[in-house]
Parts: sequence; structure tokens; C-alpha cells
Amino acid sequence: MSELTFTLLRLGYLVLLWVFVLTAIGVLRRDLSTRAGGGAKERRRHRDAERAAAAPVPAAAPASAPTPVAAPQSAPRGATGPTRLVVVAGPLQGTSLPLTNSSILIGRSPGSTLVLDDDYSSSRHARIFPQGGQWFLEDLGSTNGTFVNDQRVTGVVPLPPGVGVQIGRSVVELQG
Amino acid sequence: MSAPVQTLNPDRVEGATRRPMRLAELWLLVLAVAAGIGAFALVGLALHDSLPHHFWFESLSLAALALVAHVVVRIKAPYADQTILPAVVLLNGVGLAMILRIQESGTRGAAGADVVRNTQWSALGVVLACLVIWFLKDHRSLRKLTYTAMIASLVLLALPLLPGIGRSINGARIWIHLGAFSVQPAEFAKITLVIFFAGYLVTNRDTLALAGPKVLGLQLPRIRDLGPIILVWAASLAVLVLQSDLGTSLLLFGIFVAMLYLATQRFSWVLIGLVLFAGGAWVASQMFAHVGWRVNAWLNAFDPAVFNARGGSGQLVGGLFGMANGGLFGTGWGQGFPYLVPFSFSDFIYTSLAEELGLTGMLAILTVYLVFVERGLRTALTVRDGFGKLLAGGLAFLIALQVFVIVGGVTRLLPLTGVTVPFMAQGGTSMLASWLLIALLLRISDAARRPSYDPGIAQIAATPVAEHVIPGRDNTGVIVIPGENGLNSHDGEPLTDPGDTSTTDVLAPVPSGVGQ
Repeated sequence: MSELTFTLLRLGYLVLLWVFVLTAIGVLRRDLSTRAGGGAKERRRHRDAERAAAAPVPAAAPASAPTPVAAPQSAPRGATGPTRLVVVAGPLQGTSLPLTNSSILIGRSPGSTLVLDDDYSSSRHARIFPQGGQWFLEDLGSTNGTFVNDQRVTGVVPLPPGVGVQIGRSVVELQG
Repeated sequence: MSAPVQTLNPDRVEGATRRPMRLAELWLLVLAVAAGIGAFALVGLALHDSLPHHFWFESLSLAALALVAHVVVRIKAPYADQTILPAVVLLNGVGLAMILRIQESGTRGAAGADVVRNTQWSALGVVLACLVIWFLKDHRSLRKLTYTAMIASLVLLALPLLPGIGRSINGARIWIHLGAFSVQPAEFAKITLVIFFAGYLVTNRDTLALAGPKVLGLQLPRIRDLGPIILVWAASLAVLVLQSDLGTSLLLFGIFVAMLYLATQRFSWVLIGLVLFAGGAWVASQMFAHVGWRVNAWLNAFDPAVFNARGGSGQLVGGLFGMANGGLFGTGWGQGFPYLVPFSFSDFIYTSLAEELGLTGMLAILTVYLVFVERGLRTALTVRDGFGKLLAGGLAFLIALQVFVIVGGVTRLLPLTGVTVPFMAQGGTSMLASWLLIALLLRISDAARRPSYDPGIAQIAATPVAEHVIPGRDNTGVIVIPGENGLNSHDGEPLTDPGDTSTTDVLAPVPSGVGQ
């Protein structure tokens, strides 16, 4: 083979290596942007949800009851609802959990959705669940209590986004 | 019940409920395998104008391994990170190509390079990794093995010292001989030690992090809490003294200090670790001749006396010359002289590749390592349990440190220590251990990115399903988290519609944008 062919193959191989690297970085980048909750796909989804919510407005109020399939998906996370539960302090700081329509069990038991390795938390400590388009916090009879704004929670209280919930040494909050 | 279903956009329901397609991984794997096969072909074309011996064996093996691993991951760890596996396949393929290239040169420096055998080890590694992914359902079960892992580590580290099976090769007593195989048990000890450290630290981090006096703004640990770090320090020094294995000793201690820092977020541990290490290293370089030689060869590499000495800096400088010969774009596969350096296919595979791929190629390779480590650390950040965090962080750091130590060694940034370049260098045990590490990382990554309602960890609600079945979809859509059945069903709300939820974040990225 000629010198030229070899040179082209040699440089072509380096290009191939870099194509791999850049593609991998592209996958990473998309991962970052969707995790931050602002990915293009995500925004489109939001717009879809808004449009879907806006269109049948006149009939929406009574219709929401008989549409159990459609309702829960737009309800807790409509345009402004929180999309994830974030641990903002404690050993698990930085961990985030995407919100679904099922409730989130927090505690030390390995079956919990969010497992806290914390001597001050009970094995089934608290749960956070959606109902009627809102999120609620319930203490499940924990030993050391669950605190919102330094107030010990008893029973079920509504949990707006951005409000820190102290469980043992960890603080979690809902974020949009 | 049935009317609203029609108002739903079927794509959205589909998109959120199906498991990730892992198309990004598949496409990256195609590129990675192409890079491996391309390298095999180029080696043959450059050396004897035809495809090299073993070309089909090598190419098909690489493609088959990538495919098997991909399928197993897709079935058993569908949410795992999509860049980890392709990155490793690329490194493995490029490494095999360089071993093939050295072997094909047929020179004296090629003695010992055996690409077929190394491919078999890779295959065994992939099988091992697949078994781990298949049978290890949850990485948290490893936490129960914390102290078993400690004992296993100590046994593995001590095995080469046993008379009979222990063997000394090239001055380092780190091998054991089992029938036809020589293995380096320390390679596995690294992984079991990471498991032990993760389990130990997640239990004890509070005492390590909180108790102790404050000196000069630095929170110091209590003296009695120093026990474990002293123990590990002593063990790594024992490896250094008894087995003459500088690299493993450095890695063991480095992982422990890094994981202590991960667990406690206290910088004083890093300082204590660095001071202990610097002290130990200085004493070792004074007391043990082979360590002193290494340091001397590093500092005075270009001194003719050191260069020509047996065990001097000849190998190191040869590697530097090779990299200089490669320059910015390299000589091209098969066109350099990497075989002039002893162990150009194992410890010095980095300089061999640098000669033929140039700085441009090596920056790509190093970026692949960087991507891999970043994915490991990101997994550690995302995963929802402390043990998993420490395990993933420790494993990622292990690879990072290992690459740093060997690449720093051959580029004369650090004294040269004999650790393998993960995934690339020839060496069966190292290959097995590296694939084992990948399996663990993929398993943790799967747990980290798995939405909490997925059937894999949640149970299928038995009764309410029938009501909410969406036509044309299987019934596994409606899920309750274990232990929550009672809590979840009493409010009479529809349990779950796993339709359009934010968890699509963690599903497979759509292939668009990858192919472009």
C-alpha cells in the first residue's frame, strides 16, 4: 500500500477514537441535562402536559374524577409540581430520587425507597406521598421524630416544595 | 375506565413504561468494537500487507464478548450506565491490538506477548462479569460480607508468601502457581478490600468523622480511631517489604485514604494519609535496595551510569524515546518500534500505544478512562445507600489511581511501580479482576438509576391491577413498593400509572443525537 493510504488510515484511526470519545461525552452531557430537570425532552414533555391540560379546560374539572389513568400523571407534577426528592444534608447529601406517583418510604430498612444509614432514623421512619395534586408527609411513628421547620410532625401534613424535612441527621426536600 | 385511555398519547405511555433500550450503549459498543477490529487489521496491513494471524479469531471474539455483555446488561441491569461497558470494550480491544502488534513483530522483545491467551482471559473475565450481574441482585447484599471480605483480602495478600505455591517473578513475590496458571491474588484483594472498606466505613464513619480535637482549624481524629488506618498502613508496608510490590502497596493505601475521605468528608484524613505514606516511602527507599533503585532511576533517568545499569532506567527511557518518536499523531499501527522496550505489552503498553497513536490517540484513551471514572463517581453520587456510595466511589477511585500510578510511572512523573494498565495490559488476573470490578459498578449503577417503581425491585400489586390495565400493555405496569401495600392502597387512589413521570430521565437516551 502507498504511503498516502497509510497516512490516511493512521489519521482515520485517530478520528475514530475521538468519535468514540465525543459520542460518549455526548451521552454524558444529555444525562447531566436531563438530571438537572431542564433537558429539551423534558421541556417538550412539560409543554405537552400543559397543552393537554389547557385544551379540555371547560370539561376538565368534572373529567378529572373519571380519568384515573390520565389524572395522576399530570396531577402531582403538572407544570409547577416538584419532580424529585433531594437529600440536601446528611451522609447521603446530593442523592436525588425522581418522583413517581407512588409514595416514598424513608427509613433504615433496606426495603425503603430512600435508605438512610443513620442511627437516629427508625427503620420505617416517614413517608412522602402524593394525593390530589399535592405531596404530603407522614411520620410513621418514628422514635426520634420528623421535623419540618423545627416542629415535630404528627400525623399527615402537606409538604410544599423547597421545605426541608429533618429525619435523623438528614434533610430532604421536594424540588421542582 | 377505557375512555380516557384513548386520550393518552400512546407514545408517552410506551416511552415511560418500557425498559431502557440501551441504544446509546449499543451504538458506542459498535464504535468500540470497530476501533478494536480496525486496529487488528491495521497492524496486519502495516506489518505484512495482509490481515494478521488470528485476525478473525480476535475480531469475532471481541464482537461476541461485547454482544454477550450488552445482552446480559440489558436483561439484568437495564438501567445501568450506558458508557461504562463501551469504554471498557474499547480499552480492551485497543490493548489486545497492541499485544497482537508486539507479538507479530516477532522480535526478542515480543517474547511473552500472547494475544490469544490474553483474549481467552478477557473472555473469562466477561463471563465472570456476566455471572456477577446475573446472580448478584442487589449490591447491598455485599455489605453482609464486610468481614468475610476483610479475611479474604488478607488471605489473598498473604498467599504468595506461602512456600510451595508462592512464586517470585522479576523480583516481586506476588504470584501463586496453580497448575498451569500463575495468578496474582493481590488483584482480587483490591476489590475485596474496597468491599471491606465500604462496609466498615459506612458503619463507623460517625466516630471517625465527629470525634476528636480541633487543631489549627483541622478536625483531627481521636488517637484510638487511628487504629484501622494504622493497620492498613502496616499491611501495605508489609506487602512492600515482604513481596517487594511497590505498586500494590501504594494502591491499597491510596484506596483506603480516599475512601476514608469519601466517608467522613474530613480533609485531615488525607493529610494524615499523605504524611504516613511519605514517611513510609522515604524509609522504604532508604532501607530497601529495590525501592532505592526505582527512585534513583526516576530522578536520574538520563544519567548514563543509571541508564546502562541492570535494572536501571533503560526501560523507562526507552519508553520515553518511544513516545517522542510517536509525537503528536503517532507512527501509525505497526510502524513504530515499541518492542524495543522490555514489557512493552504489559507494564509499558502505554508508551507502546503512545508511540503508534501519538499524543492525540493517548489523550483519547485517557479521556476514555476519565469518562469511566466520572461514571463511577456519578454512580456513587446518585445511588441511594451509603454502602453503595462508598463501594462505587472506591472502585472508581481504584481505577483512577491505578491509571495515574502506571501512566505517571512510565511518563516519569512518579517513580515507576509495577501495576497493570487496567483493561489494556497483558495479564490474566488483572483482566479478570477488572471485569469483576465492571460488573460491580454496573450493578450499583443500575440500582442508582433505576426508578423506584420498576418491577425489578418493586412487587407487582396483585389486586388493583385489573382495573388499571391499559390495553395492549402487559400488566406489570402497576407496581407497589414492597412493604407499602397497606399504605398505598388504603386511600383508594389509583395506585400508579407509570405513565409520564419524571423517571423517564433515567431511561435510555433516545438514539437521536448519538448517531448524528
